[in-house]
Amino acid sequence: MSVAVVWEHWDRIVDGAWVTAQLTAVSLAMGLLAAVALAAMRVARHPLLRWPAYAYIFYFRGTPLLVQLFLVYYGSGQFRPELQEVVIWRYLDAAGDQVQITLWDYFRDAWFCAVLTLTLNTSAYTAEILRGALQAVARGQIEAARAAGMSRALLARRIVAPQALRIALPMYGNEVVFLLQATSLVSTITILDLTGVAQRIIAKTFAVYEVYIAVAVFYLVLSYSLILLFKGLERRWSRGKVG
Amino acid sequence: MTVSIGLAAMAVAVVLGLLGAWGQRSPRPWVRFTVGAYTTVIRGVPELILLLLIYYGAPTLIQDAAQAMGYTVRVHLNPFVAGVITIGFIYGAFATEVFRGAFNAVPEGQREAARAMGMSPLLALRRVALPQALRIALPGLGNVWMVLIKATALVSLIQLEELMRKAKIAANATHQPFTFYVLASLLFLVITMVSVAVQHRAERWANRGHTAAQGGGDG
Repeated sequence: MSVAVVWEHWDRIVDGAWVTAQLTAVSLAMGLLAAVALAAMRVARHPLLRWPAYAYIFYFRGTPLLVQLFLVYYGSGQFRPELQEVVIWRYLDAAGDQVQITLWDYFRDAWFCAVLTLTLNTSAYTAEILRGALQAVARGQIEAARAAGMSRALLARRIVAPQALRIALPMYGNEVVFLLQATSLVSTITILDLTGVAQRIIAKTFAVYEVYIAVAVFYLVLSYSLILLFKGLERRWSRGKVG
Repeated sequence: MTVSIGLAAMAVAVVLGLLGAWGQRSPRPWVRFTVGAYTTVIRGVPELILLLLIYYGAPTLIQDAAQAMGYTVRVHLNPFVAGVITIGFIYGAFATEVFRGAFNAVPEGQREAARAMGMSPLLALRRVALPQALRIALPGLGNVWMVLIKATALVSLIQLEELMRKAKIAANATHQPFTFYVLASLLFLVITMVSVAVQHRAERWANRGHTAAQGGGDG
């Protein structure tokens, strides 16, 4: 067992951890936005709103993230000619030549595919958490607030949102930790996150378990920091709640 | 192949989960500590890292250890066994939590009453605690299974020829990656749907003779 290998590559491991943290944060933020819209669609009365959201959530929760990742990153290659047709923007470079950025340029980029897939995936899980929380708010309270003359917006802000958020928070905390760990899969599409870096170092040094154990400790610390953070938030948010 | 890895790993997970739940109630502190460390570490580290650590790390660790003691051994893990052990080991931690909650939900007085009736601890476990705990644990175990079956896609990364790996081979051979990955994802979706149906029936079976007035199973 040689711990020296880990110290030697410490900087690269920290870089990898940073990539992991960035991927997690970006996907979480975008996933949460998408999830709010999805959850709203999911509880809507109109079937044309409800069904697409249901199918989306069902697909992304029912299939492995690895498959989704490969589908976006490798699968998009099958549509390369079509994607190259779609011009997103044009500009003139320093030499005065016109440069076109097409949709293919995005799908060719592992980072784009990773963030896209992680966002799609986490938004499905988060939407389901939000839906459960929305539906857990007691019906009588909503009816009472309506009877008291509250507008729909005020009702949503004062009655539904505070309670639903409190109900959703512990489950959302779990989802955040799962997403952090799920980002390890992006190493399979060439991104040098914590796992990707570990594989590179091992390929060079053959110090298999030393590096994996070091990286595992990194993930452990990240995971439990998040868990503690959410425990703290939960305590703050449940103030004034009896029982 | 995916289903057989899944089932084998689930069996390992359930056994580990039962052992773990039992260990958490053990009077010996070191047993409780070991189980606590197990569930803490497993739940804080990604499956992929654990899989790679066990498949690639464990053989080298054993070889190095043997070498330090003056032996030369070559260890090569069979990918199927490594996959089943790793996934079973990981989800055993989640199953432990499920069983712990379920056993805690069975009133202590019933166990004492069973013992007072002259039942051996094992008989009390089998006839009184287990049937009730199982009923409570089923929804949780169903969730563990759903996550586990999706995790089997990971073992394709250690060259095991399951669904995902086959899709990759086909995708490379035909240059139609999208088609084959969509197909793979739909097959996983079918497995999920069948699982939901089976879980539903299993819960009905476990809830037999349990009237809804007592709270059903969905608390």
